[in-house]
Amino acid sequence: MSKQLIKARDLHKHYTINEGFLKSSKKLKALSGVGFDLYEGKTLAVVGESGCGKSTLARLLTTIEEPTSGQLSIDGIDMGSVQSKAITKQLRQTVQMVFQDPFGSLNPRQKVGDILQEPLIINTSLSASERKQKALDMMSLVGLRDEHFQRYPHMFSGGQRQRIAIARALILKPKVVVLDEPVSALDVSIQAQVINLLVELQKELGLAYVFISHDLSIVRHIADEVLVMYLGKPVEQGPSEVIFNDPKHPYTQALLSATPSTNIKNKRQRIKLTGELPSPIDPPNGCAFNPRCQHANKSCKISEPVMDTFGKSRAACLALDEGRI
Amino acid sequence: MALLEIVNLTVDFATATGSLRAVDGINLTIDEGEIVAIVGESGSGKSVGMLALMGLLPWTSTVTADRISFNGQDLLNMTDKQRRKIIGKDISMIFQEPMTSLNPCFTVGYQITEVLSHHFGGKRKSYNKKAIELLNQVGIPAAESRLNSFPHQLSGGMCQRVMIAMMIACKPKLLIADEPTTALDVTIQAQILELLIELQQSHGMALVLITHDMAVVAETAERVIVLYAGQQVEQRKVKELFENPKHPYSEALLNALPERAQDKHLNAIPGVVPGQMDRPRGCLFSPRCNYAQDLCSQEKAPLKDGILCHFPLDFSKSKKKKAINVETG
Repeated sequence: MSKQLIKARDLHKHYTINEGFLKSSKKLKALSGVGFDLYEGKTLAVVGESGCGKSTLARLLTTIEEPTSGQLSIDGIDMGSVQSKAITKQLRQTVQMVFQDPFGSLNPRQKVGDILQEPLIINTSLSASERKQKALDMMSLVGLRDEHFQRYPHMFSGGQRQRIAIARALILKPKVVVLDEPVSALDVSIQAQVINLLVELQKELGLAYVFISHDLSIVRHIADEVLVMYLGKPVEQGPSEVIFNDPKHPYTQALLSATPSTNIKNKRQRIKLTGELPSPIDPPNGCAFNPRCQHANKSCKISEPVMDTFGKSRAACLALDEGRI
Repeated sequence: MALLEIVNLTVDFATATGSLRAVDGINLTIDEGEIVAIVGESGSGKSVGMLALMGLLPWTSTVTADRISFNGQDLLNMTDKQRRKIIGKDISMIFQEPMTSLNPCFTVGYQITEVLSHHFGGKRKSYNKKAIELLNQVGIPAAESRLNSFPHQLSGGMCQRVMIAMMIACKPKLLIADEPTTALDVTIQAQILELLIELQQSHGMALVLITHDMAVVAETAERVIVLYAGQQVEQRKVKELFENPKHPYSEALLNALPERAQDKHLNAIPGVVPGQMDRPRGCLFSPRCNYAQDLCSQEKAPLKDGILCHFPLDFSKSKKKKAINVETG
C-alpha cells in the first residue's frame, strides 16, 4: 500500500457575510462535510459546477485557509494540532498549487528564472548558484529550454506558461500538487501536451494530484478517484471507472450526459438540468439538489441525505436510499 | 441562393514588426437555416474572419476579399452607414465572455430595448413588453423583474442568455456565436447550445458556431470548417469529418481528445501554431504534421476538393500508415 498523504474527514468551511451594520450577519457554507483519502502517486479529481466549493477545498488543502471544523492531516501530521510555525512551513512545502489561468498567475515583471527561484529563496538556504542549477533542472524536467531562463512570461504561449507554473509548483519537491483547472484555459492540442506532462511527472516523481476540473472527459482520463460536489457538499465519491460507467447520483448522471461527446453514432439521451446552482447563502431545504432533480419528491425537500455506500461508490441521495431509482 | 457568400477573404494587420496575415483566403457559403461550425486552435483566425465580416476590426487591419455578399447585397462596397443597418439586425454576433460583453453601467432591459429602438425606431420604453417576451423566450425566470437588473447581478449563464435575447431581438437571418459556451459550466453549456439550436429551428436562422471544442461541433453542427493559421484546411460534413478526416490537422485535433486516447498518453500535437516570425515556407502545418514529407516543407499545399494538403488522408490508407509507424517505431 502506498503512503497516505492527505486524510480529510468531515471538513467544513463557513464564511460570515455582513450585509451592513443593522442587518444580522449570514453564514455562507462554502464547504460542508467533505472527506477523502489521497495516496502517493494517485489522482483525486474534484468535479462540479462553479460555486460548488472546489476552489475552497483547494484553499484548505494548501493551508491558505483553515477549516472551520473537521480533521485534515497532511503527510501524517494533523493540521489542527500543529502549534509550531516551523511545521506549518514544512507542510506548506508539501502541498503546492497550480492555478487555472496561466496568464494571471505569473508575475509579468519577473523573469522565468526569478519566478522559479523565489520559492527557494523563501524556503531554503541554498546559494545563488545552487538555486540557479535547481531552476534549470526543473525547467528541463517540464520541457522548457535553458535560454528561457532570462525571458519574461509574456514571451510565452499559454501552454508554455502553464509549464512554468507547474515548474514553480514542483521546485520545492512537494508530495501533493493541487491543480485548479490547469488546462481549461488552453486549446485542445495544448491541453493534451500539458496533461501528458502531468501524467509523466506523476509517474517519475510519485506525486499525488488533487485535480479540480469541470471537464469530465479529462477527469475520466487522468483520475483514479472522483469526488463530485454540489453546493459545497459531496454527492458522490468513488473509483473513477465506477463513477463514469455506473453513476448513481442523479446529479452525476446529469453532469455526464451534459458533457458533449464526439461519438456521433450513438447520441445519448440528455438528462436536462434546468435552472442553475442555487445560492450557497440561502440553500434549499433538504437535499440541495432537489429543485433541479427529476427524481425529487416530498421527502427530498424535508430531510438531508447522507453519504451511503452503493456497490463500489458512495452517494448521498434519498431516492437511492429509498430505492426509487 | 446562398445567404452568405465569402470568397477569398484575407485579413492583414499592420504591426510594429511588419504585416501579419491573420486570415488567408477563406471561402465560406452559408445557406438559410444551416448550422456551420468553424474550428481551430487559438490564433487560427476563426474570430478575426467573422469580425471582418461584421466590420468590427480596428483600423490597423486591411480586409480584402473577392466577394462578400449577404442576402444578395454586396457588403464589401457598402458605406459604413449602410452596413450598420444590416449588422446587428440581419447579422448578429454573440461573443465569448458574457460577463464582459454586456455594458456594466446599464440595466439589462435598457440594453435590449436600445437594440430594438435603434433598428426599428420609436421610444425605448415602448419595447419593454417585447423585451420581457424575449427574456422569457431565452428561459430567464421572472423576466419582468430581471429587466431592471444590472449584468453583475446575473450569473454567467444568465448573462449569456441576455446576450442571446439581445441578438435575436431583431430576428436576424444569420447569428454568429463566437465560443458562446467556453466560459460556462457543462450543464449550462448544454442548456445554451440547446437554446441556440431551438431558436435556429424556430426562427429559421442560420448559425455560425465558432469553437475549439470538437465535441461541441459533433453535437450541434451539420457542416464544419477547420482553420489552421488563418488558412482553411478542410471543409466537410460533420459526420464525414469525424468518421474519416482527410486533413492531417483535423485528424490530429480529433486524436488529441481524451476520449479518443488509447492509454494514459494523449496524442498531443507537438509545437504551437506558427506566429508572424516563424511561418514555414511550404505547408503551414508541415512542422507539426505526422505525415509530412520533403515536398510539404518546400511547396505550399494545393487545394483539392476543399482540402488543403499535398497528401490528403484516406481512412483505410492512414490506418496502414499508422501500422507502419508502429512497426518502425
